[in-house]
Amino acid sequence: MRKENLKLMGYRRENGRIGVRNHVVIIPVDDLSNAAAEGVAHLVRSTMAIPHPYGRLQFGEDLELTFRTLIGTGRNPNVAAAIVIGIEPNWTERIVQGIAETGKPVEGFSIERSGDLKTVEAAARRAVQFVQWASELKREPFELGELVVSAKCGESDTTLGLASNPAVGRVLERLVDAGATAIFGETSEITGAEDIVASQAATPEVAEEFMRAFRSYQEFIKSQGVDLLGSQPTQGNIKGGLSTIEEKALGNIQKIGRNKVQSVLAPAEEPKGPGLHFMDSSSAAAEMVTLCAAAGSVAHFFATGQGNVVGNPIVPVIKLCANPVTVRTMSEHIDVDLSDMLKLKLSLDEAADKLMEVLVRTVNGRLTAAEVLRHDEFVLTKLYRSA
Amino acid sequence: MEHSILMHEPEDDVGVAVVDLKAGTEARAVTLEGRYIGTVKVTEDIPLGHKVAMRDISEGEEVIKYGRPIGRATKSIAKGSHVHIHNIKSMRW
Repeated sequence: MRKENLKLMGYRRENGRIGVRNHVVIIPVDDLSNAAAEGVAHLVRSTMAIPHPYGRLQFGEDLELTFRTLIGTGRNPNVAAAIVIGIEPNWTERIVQGIAETGKPVEGFSIERSGDLKTVEAAARRAVQFVQWASELKREPFELGELVVSAKCGESDTTLGLASNPAVGRVLERLVDAGATAIFGETSEITGAEDIVASQAATPEVAEEFMRAFRSYQEFIKSQGVDLLGSQPTQGNIKGGLSTIEEKALGNIQKIGRNKVQSVLAPAEEPKGPGLHFMDSSSAAAEMVTLCAAAGSVAHFFATGQGNVVGNPIVPVIKLCANPVTVRTMSEHIDVDLSDMLKLKLSLDEAADKLMEVLVRTVNGRLTAAEVLRHDEFVLTKLYRSA
Repeated sequence: MEHSILMHEPEDDVGVAVVDLKAGTEARAVTLEGRYIGTVKVTEDIPLGHKVAMRDISEGEEVIKYGRPIGRATKSIAKGSHVHIHNIKSMRW
């Protein structure tokens, strides 16, 4: 892509990171605080509550992951400022502190001893100030290499391996060459292509760590006394022509291109440097995108075949599709139509150009289909049952 | 004639229908680079996105796509037929 087409404008946050949206979010620490968070969002224009069903009586690694996800969501550079509301003060404060490290405005409120109404009033007063402050922030030019993006596909069919995922792979190659950071994952969905990912690891240590994460997931499945027949591939995948997990995985990993894998990330963990990173994660769309957002991704590529409609509250999800039937029947959900690739009327490089153009427009402020259609799915990954 | 089957690798056992194929159609298969591989007579209706056997495959044989095994044939599959969960199975689960 020509340099002059890459005029990127974003919000440079206090810690230097680039955001492409300017959200003021109301983050509930726990399920009990959803009502208050939504109360604030109803009162104050341009705020967004991010309700979820967990945050109580979790423990160990599962609790840590919930903290990491909620803190990461607040830290994401697409967020200008955050209000945190929890039932108890100490967990609320822990999330506030995690977000405050970025230098952005954040304040916590706890409901115990004041009740929902007083909490909503106090939080709303602060939210008004945050929104007015954020509304005066200006976009400024930035370099492609400053972007952090992520990629995951869903409702896959054979058109992903033929067209959409190779196009994403080509774009991720260009972004990584420019110094950007990219995240992929979906541990179960690499089954049958794990050796390819391992062979693209930047170092033998990363390859080993990746294989450890991969095997650990396979052992977890076995420990449940089941296999994933019937779940991987899904019924939608099968309808779209994918017959086995190996076939699905070989299509899936096309989206990493020829990039080297720089590190293996825990779920919701921020990458420590540029390049492509593997996140040990679920393949469920909303869970995976939520984890990528918490890891600092500011734009997400989502290839779909049969038509997954997922979005995220804080990260624009760019949908691309090469299945002509889906593009026709679900056009309101598709940002990039790549169906000409199947006719060989659109080459891989032309498809990558098309995708880059939509990425640039999205980064510069154009709303994606998922954003316009209010697809604000925020789903915490739960590792095991609560106490 | 326009292609109606795309193949990841020239030696693959299966290609992907990129239009709905009707039984009896002579379908032209090319690689993603547009290289002509051959023409196969489709023996049953095969929907867009589903796989077509590009050669006869025996029961128990590995089925190759992307130049790699994607599963094993659970019955013998004749050239031109629909290849899917009724005649191939994952080797992982």
